[in-house]
Amino acid sequence: MPRFIAGNLAKFALLMAATSFVVFFLVSASPVDPLSANVGQAALANLSDERRVALEAHWGAGVPFWERYGAWISGLAQGDLGTSLRFNAPVADVIAQRALNSCALMAIAWVASGVFGFVLGVAAGARRGSKLDRAVKAYCFILAASPTFWVALIMLIVFGVGLGWFPIGFSQPIGRAAADVTFLDALHHLALPAFTLSLVGVANIALHTREKTIDVMASPYVRFALARGESKLSVILHHGLRNLALPAITIQFAQVSEIFGGSVLVEQVFSYPGLGQAAVTAGIGGDAALLAGIALVSAVIVFGGNLTANVVYGLVDPQIRKGAHHA
Amino acid sequence: MREAAEAATAPSVLHAPAIRRISNRKLTALLTAVSALVLLAVVAAGAILAPDAAQTDFAQKNLAPSLAHPFGTDWMGRDMLMRTVAGLSLSILVGLLAAVASSLIALGLGTLAALGGRRADAVVTWLIDLMMGIPHIILLILISFALGKGFWGVTMGVALTHWPSLARVIRAEVLQCRTSGFVAAARQLGVPWWRIARSHLLPAVLPQFLVGLILMFPHAILHEAAITFLGFGLPPERPAIGIILSESMAYLSAGMWWLAVFPGLSLIAAVLLFDAVGSGVRRMVSPGSAQE
Amino acid sequence: MERGTQRTHQDHQSQEVHHHHSHAPHQAHPGGHHLLQVEGLTVSFRMYEDAPAGGLRAFLNAPQRTVDVVHDLSISVHAGEVVAVVGASGSGKTLLADSILGLFEPNALVTGTIWYNGERQTAEGLRALRGRGISFVPQSVACLDPLMRVGKQVRGFRHAGGRAEAEARARRQRELFARYGLGPEVERLYPFQLSGGMARRVLLCCALMDAPQLIIADEPTPGLNEELALQAVQDLRDFANGGGGVMLITHDVELALRVADRIAVFQDGTVVEETSVAAFASPEGLRHPFTRALWRALPEHGFAAPVEEGVHA
Repeated sequence: MPRFIAGNLAKFALLMAATSFVVFFLVSASPVDPLSANVGQAALANLSDERRVALEAHWGAGVPFWERYGAWISGLAQGDLGTSLRFNAPVADVIAQRALNSCALMAIAWVASGVFGFVLGVAAGARRGSKLDRAVKAYCFILAASPTFWVALIMLIVFGVGLGWFPIGFSQPIGRAAADVTFLDALHHLALPAFTLSLVGVANIALHTREKTIDVMASPYVRFALARGESKLSVILHHGLRNLALPAITIQFAQVSEIFGGSVLVEQVFSYPGLGQAAVTAGIGGDAALLAGIALVSAVIVFGGNLTANVVYGLVDPQIRKGAHHA
Repeated sequence: MREAAEAATAPSVLHAPAIRRISNRKLTALLTAVSALVLLAVVAAGAILAPDAAQTDFAQKNLAPSLAHPFGTDWMGRDMLMRTVAGLSLSILVGLLAAVASSLIALGLGTLAALGGRRADAVVTWLIDLMMGIPHIILLILISFALGKGFWGVTMGVALTHWPSLARVIRAEVLQCRTSGFVAAARQLGVPWWRIARSHLLPAVLPQFLVGLILMFPHAILHEAAITFLGFGLPPERPAIGIILSESMAYLSAGMWWLAVFPGLSLIAAVLLFDAVGSGVRRMVSPGSAQE
Repeated sequence: MERGTQRTHQDHQSQEVHHHHSHAPHQAHPGGHHLLQVEGLTVSFRMYEDAPAGGLRAFLNAPQRTVDVVHDLSISVHAGEVVAVVGASGSGKTLLADSILGLFEPNALVTGTIWYNGERQTAEGLRALRGRGISFVPQSVACLDPLMRVGKQVRGFRHAGGRAEAEARARRQRELFARYGLGPEVERLYPFQLSGGMARRVLLCCALMDAPQLIIADEPTPGLNEELALQAVQDLRDFANGGGGVMLITHDVELALRVADRIAVFQDGTVVEETSVAAFASPEGLRHPFTRALWRALPEHGFAAPVEEGVHA
């Protein structure tokens, strides 16, 4: 166990070191001029020279790359991610404030798509070639071919504009103090983005689980269970779910990265103030510090997902738990 | 009861295949060819229609779909069908370019990992882990941002992020080929490496490479559209599908649903067609999967 | 096709050779019929016939054909006897077992007639007999769910859910474990923790749980040393001596001769000869060339390898 923890810590440190470098390199290489992106071309032309120099110093123009990287990393080590230009606040604060919104959205979508996709996949795989199977397959293929943001647009058109069931944007009613926002309000604004993200996330897990189910149904132990007179339903309940849960959990944890990516698009369409929308705002506005901070947070979340998958695997699979020798 | 009638005569059928005919190769080949032709036609039509697509006609603005304008018109009176075809053509071309570049990266790194020794293998594997460590969209935004957005931003972004899975496939294929008895024997006989590569490696890797390349198109096109939609890709004056959909956002609350629905459906159709071509070619390249 | 219908059974036992086979002295036809009888079983698949090398045109025009993996196979098992089906590994013997159990590959065409206890069976009938008359002993531990404890698997999930029945099955499982020398701790193990000998006995217990009349054993001995393999087939012999029927599918002629009453020689997807074990005493008693080749391959006859021309994979 200590070896497992140490190994993963080392892996995490190495990955974060590399990621931080790549991220910083990319945001520094950008020709997007924070001055013109934030102050605006017209305002820039009218700016006094001293003011311009002061602003340039503020954004660290003219300082060599390695010096800036060093400063950023040492700040990072102390929990200081720099200052966001767009939000005029410490990056850490901006992220903390929006992470809650994003986490709520992603957690719901992750669980819902996982459960729904698993059930669909098992049902389709167990009855391969049936009408249900073909319907699930068609649904998944079409969804996998659909741009996430377009699905979000359609949801907005149907449920927001057309039926008027859900608000068209923002995680809380406009013009009301944050303290007045009730839990139900928040839920009302969360529902449509979460539903959209779940709907899109179903495709991958359902298709994987379907393939796995077909494999399991053709496996020697299922054939033997059938040969002993167990019904197909009983076989699925007693042997199928047990053997399908593990790969499904692994896939679903690896799916965290996709869910995060999807949340960026969905948040943008629904004007949902989460990390993804902040990343887009930062990217468009040349807010390098915020963009780098969000990229690092996303890497941590993805790593956490993969690590959890490994841990769960070790806890659930008796062959690993009991130290089987893999031949 | 049927059994009783037959009992005295022929042995009964205990089980019959659910599908009597196994996958028809000629039909597969035909569907693949037709899909590819439709995609080609869209690209060509889009290139020809591009000037017309930008034609504004304020007398015809904000029209819902009709016979004259099957996809409706936008707030500047532009015909949405023409805009969609032109946009799709542009998106497909950008996607193609990015996917080809990405698959070349995959070919290079996959081969390097398989043939470059233990250390090269470790480096490539680690690179793949690194690429997988950040969500695709965030990485795309970063790369696009680094390159100043626009055409090169999105093309390079897609090219630099889509190679890992194909690189893995090629690495495995080259490794398998390298360890095969045939190649080992040729090396012992002193056949020069480039000759081995041409006569053994290439025939083994090329089919996988082509299939991987074609199946990469849909991903590349979808990500190009997404990144353009977010504002990091093609500029507004290049009417790609992402731009069309992003612009439509402002008019959705006014009830102009057709601005988003039809361009999106067309994009899905294009992606599905690419999928059909890819899986068709795969089925013909590895007939093992078609025997079932 | 009058054979196998009930009317012909009156003079059945008086014939020396019937249904392709001859009787050993102690076999019984209780109720005047066989325990299991298979007539004209054919299992076929449709596939492309690919030329080894050829361009796209050859690929597209490749002819389809139907391959009979099992062809016009007939065999029978009496109560109280062990019938060994002997043939090369991978020659389609498993398809015979699958067909009797009503387990069909989705893309297979299966024709033929199967009687059980004198009743002609449909596919549904065969399905209903699984674990309720016919039990299966599979080849290896891979046939156990890798994620479930052994005891739970042996008890199975066939009980209707009643507590009393579940307890009765648990009692029966413990009795069987005790009878076959499996300690109570084995119940708590996972399949990968079983040794080869233990796994073999666990699989037999699975079959005996349901108190079958007929056991189909598909290659129950590979991977076992000689002593364990002999024990395995002896357990099957004991079951037959208790009045049950056994179809033992194996590639091991020597082992089959030690416990079986009759040998069905399987080649090219069919039974080419069904004969009593006694006929293996000398090659003169054997009619088919492949059977004679098998006889010559026996250790005491000089190990000449059997000629396996045309054996399908």
